[in-house]
Amino acid sequence: MFRRLFEWLDERLGLTGIHDVVLDRKVPKVNWWFTLGSASLFLFLLQGITGIFLTVYYVPSPDHAYDSVQYIMNEVRFGWLIRGIHHWGASLMVLVVFIHMLRTFFYAAYKYPRELTWLSGVILLLATLGMGFTGYLLPWNQRSYWATTVGTEIAGTVPVVGPFILSVLRGGSELSAITLARFFAVHIWFLPALIAATIGLHLYLVIRLGISHIPDESD
Amino acid sequence: MPDSPHMTRRQFVTVIGAAISTFIGVVVGLPAIAYLLSPALEKQTGESWIPLGPLEKYPLNQPTLFTFTRTKKHGWEKTVNSYGVFVLRTSETQVRVFSNVCTHLSCRVTWKADLQEYICPCHDGHFAIDGSIISGPQPRPLDEYETKIEDGNLFILLKEA
Repeated sequence: MFRRLFEWLDERLGLTGIHDVVLDRKVPKVNWWFTLGSASLFLFLLQGITGIFLTVYYVPSPDHAYDSVQYIMNEVRFGWLIRGIHHWGASLMVLVVFIHMLRTFFYAAYKYPRELTWLSGVILLLATLGMGFTGYLLPWNQRSYWATTVGTEIAGTVPVVGPFILSVLRGGSELSAITLARFFAVHIWFLPALIAATIGLHLYLVIRLGISHIPDESD
Repeated sequence: MPDSPHMTRRQFVTVIGAAISTFIGVVVGLPAIAYLLSPALEKQTGESWIPLGPLEKYPLNQPTLFTFTRTKKHGWEKTVNSYGVFVLRTSETQVRVFSNVCTHLSCRVTWKADLQEYICPCHDGHFAIDGSIISGPQPRPLDEYETKIEDGNLFILLKEA
């Protein structure tokens, strides 16, 4: 029964072909450091799902942002769990993505023909840090307010265009409702869309080029 | 290992992988459902006695409007609800209190002293001084509050749904 259903679907969707190309790839003998890419992908999906759930109650407005987070933490059932996963998952994701980058660097896996995989990885690392920076403001508590004040001020120290960058980031000369709204928009739309698209490119390249082996004496 | 009685490595990884995925799915998935349903599962009922002041200030046999507000918390926001009640003092010690919410579609009724009727402007509902139906589309008489008098002060029991 299930076999016939599967065969019907497989004939039309090419599931076996996708499986063979995507999952049943030939790989060299590797170690646990090679699992960090998959771990990053898993964390991205987990952050995406918990983030979507948080938007059910979170309000990106100065008069409600803090109270809505308190509501999630104290009154919504399992709100502490959903936000807790999002909070700790965020730190873990930065860590895992960074170690993933270090592994690629130290194993020299960025060399020919994988330069574009590395470059798309650079975009992903920077976008992940951007997610951390924009997400940090959203609880709208003292820590996030002042962290963003300092963070945007640092961006403002760039020679010549600094003041312009500062006012673009803040949406004005000081932190305001506009800042909160644009950080929220970047956090839930712009960067996730960029990351998802770039992950697509990154994975396509990984599947197309295969993964490199651990360098040995012959390298 | 074609004839091995044991699991192959691939089978083992498949089983462990499926088990861990299921575990994560359940541990995150079930709370996620409760998370979404949470506001609908909260009980928002409450009873409180609302003071309407000294009974003696209300005139006899003349419905008098008394208004008050109650603050209700909805998640991260507080909403102020306005209430209006008609106090009808029928004797020195007896009193009846009616809601001014029309039982048809929740418009507010007003007391017309010249007609001796409550009239709902929305769909021309008419109620008698005791809240009973005279004419109109309303399905039942005006809602009445439970009352009590303590030290000459009037209270009504407000039940919030």
